[in-house]
Amino acid sequence: MTLNWKLGGLALGAVFFLAVLLVKPIGVSTQFVILDGIIGDAVSTELVTKTDDGYTSTNAYLAKSSGKYAKSVANPLNYSFVFVVAMMLGAFASMKARGGNGSDENRLPAIHYANFGDTPVKRYAIAFVGGFIVLYGARLAGGCTSGHMMSGMMQTALSGYIFAVGAFAAAIPVAMMMYRKG
Amino acid sequence: MTIVLALVIGALFGFVLDRIGATNPTVLIKMLNLKALGLMKAILLAIGVGSILMFGGQMAGLVDVGHMSVKAAYLGVFIGGLLLGTGWALSGFCPGTGVCAAATGRKDALFFILGGLLGAAAYMLTYPAWKSSGLLSGLAGGKVTLGTVPGSKFEGLTAISGDLLGLGLGVLFVVIAFVVPDTLRSDADAVAQPAE
Repeated sequence: MTLNWKLGGLALGAVFFLAVLLVKPIGVSTQFVILDGIIGDAVSTELVTKTDDGYTSTNAYLAKSSGKYAKSVANPLNYSFVFVVAMMLGAFASMKARGGNGSDENRLPAIHYANFGDTPVKRYAIAFVGGFIVLYGARLAGGCTSGHMMSGMMQTALSGYIFAVGAFAAAIPVAMMMYRKG
Repeated sequence: MTIVLALVIGALFGFVLDRIGATNPTVLIKMLNLKALGLMKAILLAIGVGSILMFGGQMAGLVDVGHMSVKAAYLGVFIGGLLLGTGWALSGFCPGTGVCAAATGRKDALFFILGGLLGAAAYMLTYPAWKSSGLLSGLAGGKVTLGTVPGSKFEGLTAISGDLLGLGLGVLFVVIAFVVPDTLRSDADAVAQPAE
């Protein structure tokens, strides 16, 4: 079942350290852009094109930093993209080992039920809108909870601290106002 | 080889995120509304442990300083943080935990991912406007660490030894993890329950 915070924190810290030791700090949100690029490139093959010294794109964001993102779109079997797919495999294995979330919980999390009753469509709408805002914000910030807050603060990056202050300054009041019960 | 490492480290990360309850929106929201801070304590401890191991390892010459990757500081980091925090509190997911939650079978996480793909696409289309606004221009040196880390390609905000500062802050995070209480708000519903 769920680990206590001491064991859980040690394990999480060890994983973040292992990533820096062996490869590079962990980050996730960029891969939403890469998947968008892969989908976009499948629909319109001109989105990402090969150049003499790498890749570029008709989209300015994919083309920035000498086509770094365009290159990942053209080669999905890269470290960072495979990493996120592997995260899903790891979470799936853990879920199986602990016997699953239960069908009620998979349909509607308890905190939503406690505050808004049996309204799954409302929950899915909130999750959708939340996802939109989270990823728009993460891309504007250049990272998310993993890249900025965890990896960034661990490395004493100024940007990690700025990000964490912003994220909690918004998240705590919103959560307190929106979820009063449960 | 790097693909094998991606598979191993990624799977470990996903496994641990699920084991600390981070794939459960109820756990995340109760952390953010300050009712159950166990996950916060785990995150603080993790940052501290990661920092101590990394800077300690670098000082001992066992960890390659070249693996550090520091992101730029600019005003958009704060604005983006505010946005992410808002969506995080609404949904109970952040990018990594949303992806993992979907893998554990949560239906709402699929909607989060769909919204996320559209949000990322919206940023890709509006990026030129942000770029020309100047809000993406580096602040205080951009890609900087709080102290100056020997051998690192990133500049220091201060001349303080980055290794020692990293170790010190790591210890501080561990201490804070222990000091933070399990909850900051009494649960009104629980208190209102009559004694049997």
